[in-house]
Amino acid sequence: MTTTAHAPAENHHGAGHIHVDYPDRPVEYQTEDGALKILGFWVFLATDLILFSCLFATFIVLRSHVDGGPTGKELFDIPSFVAETFILLTSSFTGGLATFEMHRDKRNRVVGWLIVTVLLGLSFVGLEVKEFVHMAMDGATLQRSAFLSAFFTLVGTHGCHVSLGILWMTGIIIQLVRFGINPITARKVFIVNMYWHFLDVVWVFLFTVVYLMGVM
Amino acid sequence: MNPIPHWGIFITEPMILGSDVMIVLVSVAIVFALTKFRKWGWLWREWLTTVDHKKIGIMYLIAALLMLFRGGVDAELMRTQLALPNMTFLDAEHYDEIFTTHGTIMILFMAMPFIFAMFNIAVPLQIGARDVAYPYLNAISFWMFFLGALLLNISFVIGGSPDAGWTSYPPLSELGFSNGPGENYYLLALSISGIGSIATGINFLVTILKMRAPGMTLWRMPLFTWSVLAACILILFAFPALTVALALLLLDRALGAHFFTILHGGDPMMFINLFWIWGHPEVYIVILPAFGIFSEVISTFSKKATFGYGSMVFALMAISIVGFLTWVHHFFTMGSGADVNTFFAIATMVIAIPTGVKVFNWLFTMYRGRIRMSLPMMWAIAFIPCFAIGGATGVMLAVAPADYQYHNSYFLIAHFHQVLIGGTVFGMLAGMYYWWPKMFGFLLNERLGRWAFWFFNIGFYVCFLPQYALGFMGMTRRIYTYPSGLGWTVPNFISTIGAYLMGIGFVFMVWQIIYSIKYGERDLTGDPWDGRTLEWSLPSPAPHYNFATIPTIQGRDAWWLAKQGELSKADFLPAKDELKPIHMPKNSGRPFILSLWFFVLGLGLTFGVVPMDVIAGIGIAYCLFRRSFEYDTDYYIPVDEVIHTESALGRLQG
Repeated sequence: MTTTAHAPAENHHGAGHIHVDYPDRPVEYQTEDGALKILGFWVFLATDLILFSCLFATFIVLRSHVDGGPTGKELFDIPSFVAETFILLTSSFTGGLATFEMHRDKRNRVVGWLIVTVLLGLSFVGLEVKEFVHMAMDGATLQRSAFLSAFFTLVGTHGCHVSLGILWMTGIIIQLVRFGINPITARKVFIVNMYWHFLDVVWVFLFTVVYLMGVM
Repeated sequence: MNPIPHWGIFITEPMILGSDVMIVLVSVAIVFALTKFRKWGWLWREWLTTVDHKKIGIMYLIAALLMLFRGGVDAELMRTQLALPNMTFLDAEHYDEIFTTHGTIMILFMAMPFIFAMFNIAVPLQIGARDVAYPYLNAISFWMFFLGALLLNISFVIGGSPDAGWTSYPPLSELGFSNGPGENYYLLALSISGIGSIATGINFLVTILKMRAPGMTLWRMPLFTWSVLAACILILFAFPALTVALALLLLDRALGAHFFTILHGGDPMMFINLFWIWGHPEVYIVILPAFGIFSEVISTFSKKATFGYGSMVFALMAISIVGFLTWVHHFFTMGSGADVNTFFAIATMVIAIPTGVKVFNWLFTMYRGRIRMSLPMMWAIAFIPCFAIGGATGVMLAVAPADYQYHNSYFLIAHFHQVLIGGTVFGMLAGMYYWWPKMFGFLLNERLGRWAFWFFNIGFYVCFLPQYALGFMGMTRRIYTYPSGLGWTVPNFISTIGAYLMGIGFVFMVWQIIYSIKYGERDLTGDPWDGRTLEWSLPSPAPHYNFATIPTIQGRDAWWLAKQGELSKADFLPAKDELKPIHMPKNSGRPFILSLWFFVLGLGLTFGVVPMDVIAGIGIAYCLFRRSFEYDTDYYIPVDEVIHTESALGRLQG
């Protein structure tokens, strides 16, 4: 909650007057509300981390429970998951570039880098869907064994997160185009990028625990 | 998942038919009353769309009391069935449904909203804030809880209640053994309200860390606020495990996955571990805020600062950490091995140390204090012996080898009711009596409250002490009847009498509330108990912006120090020339509508109706996008309005 000497007029557009509490901070932290929301999102990510930890724990317990069905070694296609990894890591970098340009107040470049990030995200999801469909066509479905249930759920939950991130980022791109960079849109860009980097970190563990340890 | 609903039992079971008729009659009566007195607009504007923490707190409180009633009726039905051997009051299936909903409702839809009621009512006022960090999210939390609770409650009349126990262990809860919609109701209702609980944890953690008044350092925070901070940490790290356990079981049931099945490599123990990784911290989530309330109440009604403030804080934090290392004690008998059991047995016993520190601190706070026996204090004092017995039996259960004897017996039932009722329920009732004037502006009748207190307390011991004996005599939990000649009849009969006495206590409480709404003494001072913390510096009920000017805090129990003349009382009253327009969030109907969509989604998934799920999914996505594109979310209260409100309250200086 903040107070000002003069109550600003009602405004219905993000481009209108936004009360700045801390003009000397980075743009996303300039309002009290923005700073609170960024901290809250860090806390949310902690809960999401626990959620993934539980899924990882379940996967590790069940990874040898293949029930005579296909194993990770037979199923995982190394070039495919390595490609997914490079695409997602690159998208995290381009997302970071968007934040960098945001701090230099270059709206069009922010939009451009975010579009690149979304496109990389889409190709990641596309590859993952392709991988899932191939596995299902070979009879390796969610219903086949406990190992596959855990595999599809863990990797699929990450994929759902990425898909949600794509929709979310698209919404923010539209807002950037309409309202430009201001403390509110900047906070949104910053938070969606936190989310995106977090998914990247989770993927590093997926890559190691699920795929690398799976093909060893 | 294609569960076959038991549509037949709609009309054939007298108890369900009775409930159907009651629900229809009550709904018609509510609609009629709202229409007749033209209250629809009031309901929408003042309650359904509110983002004010005080009103959300009141709604949580009402919901918690309603659920206490529902869960209590379940308890009375079970005790009636068990009063004598070979009773046929309930059949086995019905009994299973009732113990399942009793446990589920009491933990998730009574205890949780009750603690959230206290969070909302007290925390922003205690730390000198005008609302929580995310008022809109706070409204979402409430409505997600509320509609989750509704989803579980309608299961009784639409399709059948869950009946696999509140812990819902597979393989019993898998499709092969529970093929009705009941289990789906359970999974979805808990998932939906769980989203709300996680959001509340985030909200209050950030509120406490970031929104304290200037000068209120962590070491000057009231102990209730400290306890909420500890409970929020527990919520954040525990609830995701429940979300995962429920989601994976739902995948098993809905899509034929094999996480917890016996076939195809599934492992039921994995569910049990995930469930209790949430479930054990959960009991600390509901007890720590009660500890916080006892600290406030005992210090206020003894007119002394809490003894050992620092050790109280240390104990809260220690419990919130060690609470994560004890979950295996719920299944010592499942063969984890001696090493694992030893670790978890010791960790469990270690928890008794910080808890004991707290109990002694409360006793020393009372020592040489000027004790006043008002209702909040009575419940706080009643808690101490009750919790001491519950704690001692808890340590007995923690002894892993001995637990093979107690496991799943009535000894366990008596133990956890003793800590959950004697701890959480007594604590929440103490909190309700304590903050009631602050919420509503009037006091609850003391005499009726004493009747409620004695009936409930005596009833409690009469109900649960015999159950310890029954446990040693071999009676296990969840049996719906027993033969005569085992020596179980007399203790069971006594226990049932105790349950009825508690029921009478609850009736007195309802009577007390209704009576006091009409005749209750108004609280004109805002400080009826001669309180110590910031909320008592405000009028009752507080204006919707709480503090016209945010006070600067110069000590622990600052309001008390001001009243003693050690600090200036004028700091707590607004001065006319210091007033500024107050920034407040706007009301919104979207949290309610968003949660309604989640309810539709839950119902659709329960019965496997795909079009319903698709529509609800679109509705949820639409609500989220509308929110993202909404920039006009707050407003300013002009100075004139603040001046008007504050001078009407007689508080304005200068």
